[in-house]
Amino acid sequence: MKKALLTFAVSVLPLLLFAQNPDRSEAPALGPIQPLVIPEIESFKLSNGIPVYFVRKDQVPLVQINLFVSGGSAFEKPSELGLANLTTDLMTEGAGKRDALALADEIDFLGIRLDAYAGSEFMGVNLFAPTSRVDQALDLMKDVTLSPSFAEKELDRIRKSKLVTLGQNHDESRVIASTAFNQIIFGKDHAFGRGATGTEKTLKSFTVKEVRAFHETYFNAKNAWIVVAGAIDQKALKIKLETALGKMKSGKSFETPKLPVPTVAGRVIYLIDKPGAAQSELRIGHTGVNRMTPDYFNLTVVNTILGGSFTSRLNQNIREEHGYAYGASSRFGFQKNTGAFLAASAVQTEVTDSAIFEFMKELKGISKISEEDLTRARNYVALSFPSDFADVQSIADNIGNQIFYGLPKDYYNTYTRNILDVTVDNAVKTAKNYIKTDDLVIVVVGDKAQIEAKIKGLNLGEIKYLSIEDVLGPVPQI
Amino acid sequence: MIRLITLLLLAGSFAVQAQDTRLNLPYSRFTLDNGLTVIVHEDFSTPMVAVNVWYHVGSSYEKPGRTGFAHLFEHIMFEGSGHVKEGDFDNLLEAAGGNNNGSTNNDRTNYYETVPANAVSLALFLESDRMGYLPDAMSPGKVDGQRDVVKNERRQSYENRPYGLAWQYLSSEFYPKNHPYHWPVIGYMEDLSAASYEDVLEFFKKYYRPNNAALVIAGAIKTADAKKLAESWFRDVPKGETIIRPEAPEFELSGVKTMTIEDNVQLPRLYMAFKSPRSLSPGDAEMDITAQILAGGKNSRLYKRLVYDLQIAQDVAAFQNSGALSSQLIIIATARPGIDLDQLKNVIDEEIEKLKAESPSQRELQRVVNQYEVGYLSQFQSIEAKADMMNSYFRFTGNPDWANEDLSRYKSIDTGDISSVTQTYLDLNKRLILSFVPKGATELAVKSTGEQK
Repeated sequence: MKKALLTFAVSVLPLLLFAQNPDRSEAPALGPIQPLVIPEIESFKLSNGIPVYFVRKDQVPLVQINLFVSGGSAFEKPSELGLANLTTDLMTEGAGKRDALALADEIDFLGIRLDAYAGSEFMGVNLFAPTSRVDQALDLMKDVTLSPSFAEKELDRIRKSKLVTLGQNHDESRVIASTAFNQIIFGKDHAFGRGATGTEKTLKSFTVKEVRAFHETYFNAKNAWIVVAGAIDQKALKIKLETALGKMKSGKSFETPKLPVPTVAGRVIYLIDKPGAAQSELRIGHTGVNRMTPDYFNLTVVNTILGGSFTSRLNQNIREEHGYAYGASSRFGFQKNTGAFLAASAVQTEVTDSAIFEFMKELKGISKISEEDLTRARNYVALSFPSDFADVQSIADNIGNQIFYGLPKDYYNTYTRNILDVTVDNAVKTAKNYIKTDDLVIVVVGDKAQIEAKIKGLNLGEIKYLSIEDVLGPVPQI
Repeated sequence: MIRLITLLLLAGSFAVQAQDTRLNLPYSRFTLDNGLTVIVHEDFSTPMVAVNVWYHVGSSYEKPGRTGFAHLFEHIMFEGSGHVKEGDFDNLLEAAGGNNNGSTNNDRTNYYETVPANAVSLALFLESDRMGYLPDAMSPGKVDGQRDVVKNERRQSYENRPYGLAWQYLSSEFYPKNHPYHWPVIGYMEDLSAASYEDVLEFFKKYYRPNNAALVIAGAIKTADAKKLAESWFRDVPKGETIIRPEAPEFELSGVKTMTIEDNVQLPRLYMAFKSPRSLSPGDAEMDITAQILAGGKNSRLYKRLVYDLQIAQDVAAFQNSGALSSQLIIIATARPGIDLDQLKNVIDEEIEKLKAESPSQRELQRVVNQYEVGYLSQFQSIEAKADMMNSYFRFTGNPDWANEDLSRYKSIDTGDISSVTQTYLDLNKRLILSFVPKGATELAVKSTGEQK
C-alpha cells in the first residue's frame, strides 16, 4: 500500500503544483495604479482671433471638432423662449448652397455627424468625422456655422414638430416631474425654471427674421472658441480650420448672464395626478451650487456616496433593500450659474409614501460618512477617470468644460489627486452645507387616488396640488 | 492557440485606415479544461481593461410559465457568491475604480466590468466566483428582492411608459406559441411572481457553466498576464453538461394580423413587423440596409414622405431586429394630431412597393454603407465595445476577429439586392400591425385591409 500510495503521490504532485485552486479566502490585492497622463492642450488662434484648443489622439483615425459660442437659452428674453434651440435646430436645415435635404444627404453620405445644439449657457456646432474625410466635413461645418439658410418652409416644419412634442410631453411622467421640479425651485420665469423648448405662444410668434438675428448675434468670431481632439497633425489642422472658419465675422462677445439664485423655504410636497400610473415619479431637492465652487471635489464624492453610484445609499436603500424601484440616484447640476440638487426615482405606486420616507432618511443621514464609504467613493471617481478619455468625443467634451468653466491648466492631471484628497471632515461639512432636508421640494407625479392619503400620513409638510396643465400648459393647437 | 502566431504578426500593425477600413481585432484564444473559452485583446491606449463574459443563454431558453427568468437570473448574479458576500460584488469593484453591469436578450446574457489595469485580478475573481459558487450564497430572500426590482424595471420601461407594451406584443402576437421568441425578455408579471429558488438553482446548474460561456479580456494587459490570471481564477469552476439549445419551429405569418391597443397617449402610433432572415444569415445585412433606406435620415423614403413632405407623421423609424433564431423588420411611425394610422400605413405600403419595383440608387445605398463604416470605427475607440463585439462574433461565427467580414457583408451588397430582399420579405399580406391609439379613439387604428388571421 505504501508503495502504491507513493506512486500515486508522485504522479499527482506536478498536477497539484500547476493546478492549484485559487485562494478565494479574500479578494485579491490590487497592484500599483497606472496613471493616465493627459497630454498638454495645444492652443493657437485663427487669423480672425478664434482660439483653438487641441489634444491629439491617434489610436483610431477619427476627429471631433467642436465650435462653441457663448449664448443659449439663459440668454433669451421672455418673448424669446425657445429661440436658442429653434435657431440651432434650423442651422442644419439647409446651409450654404444646399437645402435641408441636400445637406442631410451630404452629411449622411460622408458618414459624419454634424449637429448644432443650444444649452443654457453655451451653444455650438459639433463635428465627428473620419480623419480621411475631414476636409469635406469641415466644408459642411463652415456652411452650417456661417451661412445657414433659415428658410421659411423649414422654420414652419420645425415649429410644428416642436409644438407636437410639447403636447406629447403630457404623456410622460418623467418630463412632467422634471419640468415641475425646475419650475418650483427656480421659478417659472427663471432661465432654469422655464425650460428651453419655448411655449406655444413664443414658438408661434417666431419669424425667420428673429432666428436670423439670434444666429448673427451669437455666432461670431469674437464670441467663439474651438476644441479639437483626434488623429490629426496640428499643422494640418490649423490650415483646415483657417480655411473653414478663419473668415467667421467678428462681433460682440457675451458674458454668461448672472441668474438669480432663489432659495427654497420650508418643505412642500407637490402632488401631480396621473391617474392609473404604475409608478410615481419622484423629484426631491432644492437649489444647489455652481461649477466653480471650491467644494466641487467634495461635492462629487459626497454625491457619489448619496446617489451617484450603484452602491450609493439611495440606490441600495430604494432598490436593493426595499425593491421599491429599478433604481434611485441624485446629482448636482453644475453650470456657471447655480443649478439644482436633485434626488430622483420612479417608484412603485403602492409604496410611494414609504419610498419618500426612505429618501428623506438618506438625505438626513448623509451628514454621517464613514471612512470606508468615503474611500470607496473617492476611489470609484478617481480611479475610473481614464475611461473619460478613451474616445475623441469624450476628450473634446472634457476639454470643452475645462475651457468654459475656466478650470486650471493642470486640472485633469491633478483631478485624481484632488478627489483622493477629500477627507471625511470635508465631506461631512460639505454634505451639511449643501444638502438640506427642512427646506426642500418633493414633486410626485402619480396616481393621486392611490397615493395621496398615505403621503399625507407622512406629515412631511404642506401638500400642494398641481395639474399636468399647470406644469406644461394646455396641449398646443397645431 | 494557433492564433497566437497571428497575434504576434498583427500586434504592431494595429492601425485602422479609413480610406479602406481594416477593422482588425488581433487576439489570442484558448480553452480551459472546463470548457471556458478565453479571448485576449491588447489595447494600451488607456490604462483600463474591459472584462466581458457571455453566457450562451437568454430568454429563448426559458420554460413556459417562467418567462423573464433569464433576466431575473442576471440580476441575482450580482447579489454575492460563495466567497463574495452580498453587496461586495459592487463594493469591491467600485473601491477599485471599476464599473460593471450586465444585460439579457433572447439569445445571450452578458456581464462586464471596466477596471483600472491593476484590478483585472479582482474582476476575474468576482466573475469566476459567481460562475463557480453562486448557489453557496443563494437564498429565497435574495430571489424575492430581485424579483421586486425586476417588476419595477418592467413597470418603468413597459407599463408606465407611453407605447411601452409594444415590445411585448411584437413578441407575443408575432411569434407562434411554440416559438422561443414568443414571450418578451422582461417576462410577464405572473411568471416573475412564480419563479422559485429551486428554479434559480436549476438554471444555474444547467446553463451557467464554463462550457457554455466565453470570457474576453480587452485592454491594457499583456496577453501572457491575462492568460495566467484567467487560468488561475477559473480552473476550479466545474464543467457542466452539454447544453441543449432551443430550436425554432418553421413558421410563416399566414396573413395580416392587426391589433388595437388603447393607451394613455396623445398621438396614435403604428408598429409594423415582417418576418426577416435571422442574424448573420443571407439577407440579414440587406434588411439592415433596407431599414435605413426606408427610415434612416432625412432623405430616407419614409421620413421624406411622411415627416418632411406630407408632415402627417411626427417621427418614423425602421430597423432589422435580428435574433439568432429569427428576425423582424420593424417599422414604427407616430401620427400627427388629426391623422389616422391608415394614412400612415398607406404611404408606408406605397414606398415598400416602390422599393420592390425599382432598385434604390447607388447613392442611397452608399450613404448607408458609409455610415456603417464610420460607426464601426467609432466603436473601435472603446475597449468595452470591442470586448462585447469579440464575444458576439465568437458566439455566432466562431471568429472573434470578424469585424472586417461583418463590414464586408454591407460593402458587398448592390442595389438590386435591396429590391430583391424587399420582394422576398416585405410581403404586405404577411405582417403584424399594432395600432396604439388614445383611449376611446379606436377609429384612428389601422382598419384591416388584408386577410385577417
